Amino acid sequence: MAEPTAYPKKVLYCGVCSLPPEYCEFGGTVKKCEEWLKSNHPHLHEKLYSQEALEQNLSSLSLEAQKRAEKDAQKKAAKAASAEAKAQAERASSKVLIKRIERNKRKYVTAVQGLEHFGLDIKKVAKDFGKKFATGSSVTRIPGGGEEITVQGDLSDDIYDYVIETYKDVPEDNVECVEDKKKKAAG
Amino acid sequence: MFKKDITPGAKSKVKSSAQRAIRAKVLEQYPLLEPYIDDILPKKDQLDLVKLPDRVSLYTLGSTPLFFQHMDDPLLPHLALVHKYPDCFHRLRIDRGAIRFVLSGATLMAPGLTSPGGRLPNDPEDEEGRYGKEELAPGEVVVIEAEGKENACMVGVLKMGTEEMKKAKKGQACEAGHYLGDGLWGLSLG
Ligand SMILES: [Zn+2]
Repeated sequence: MAEPTAYPKKVLYCGVCSLPPEYCEFGGTVKKCEEWLKSNHPHLHEKLYSQEALEQNLSSLSLEAQKRAEKDAQKKAAKAASAEAKAQAERASSKVLIKRIERNKRKYVTAVQGLEHFGLDIKKVAKDFGKKFATGSSVTRIPGGGEEITVQGDLSDDIYDYVIETYKDVPEDNVECVEDKKKKAAG
Repeated sequence: MFKKDITPGAKSKVKSSAQRAIRAKVLEQYPLLEPYIDDILPKKDQLDLVKLPDRVSLYTLGSTPLFFQHMDDPLLPHLALVHKYPDCFHRLRIDRGAIRFVLSGATLMAPGLTSPGGRLPNDPEDEEGRYGKEELAPGEVVVIEAEGKENACMVGVLKMGTEEMKKAKKGQACEAGHYLGDGLWGLSLG
């Protein structure tokens, strides 16, 4: 028996669709996947997207199956495109709220909501806030569903500046600072 | 099993006694992993259990998913693990035409395995014996590879034995457990 290859085997995954690149052709983002592979792994790109490879892929299917596969691919591409459009629209209409909340007299916490709409990982951002401002920063659940970042201290302005500067995907117009007074009527 | 996107539930530490039991179970189910078990499940590292919807448990090491299990069913390997240790599992191969069905979460049908592009154990076309000499019974965990592809695209449990598939050449062959691009694949464990 042949000597087994060194394990664990290293498998490359597509930076766009996350599958092994040989499977990109079955997803809805083939164009983007191909571009990614071309600029990141030109050798593999040559192998997978050569004329020869493409022809070979087709030759193993019957004509009818080819047509069905093509239709299927178009459907998937349309689905991916509409998902992308939807995400963009959502981004445009989403707001990031930076809330100054009074805890005790002259003690504040700052709550930040809505960053997830801009493709940001809340947990990571919370960590970054903590590092940047050298303060306690955690992710907490919001009663109505979803999560927010709670930062210790009155940092609304600093967070505002930091968010706009660091996360270029978040347009300034979509960020809002508000004040949340503790005396809000209970019930 | 994971056709929809899923959000991971509570994560908890697996007690060391339970961790030993899992290790033993992995070796019992997948004896070929024995040489690598210390890399996959290092004795000293903390194994975590992440609850997923529909009573599925996922075992992870840090942010690396390893095995998942529905209730007390067999442990199934995550595809990322299969990609690392491809020949430690029973594997079959589907023809190219079946790939897109598998990737959309359909139950795998026998013709995808019995057609010229497919491979079952003891296949005369399979000279190097990649797909084994041992016929598999219903209930066996199999890794599904694909014609013209290097890496596996699915992990599932056989609904029909491989001998029967060769005779019948039709019917449901394998339940879609976990496939490339499904909710489990896309799960973020960061
Ligand atoms: Zn891709």
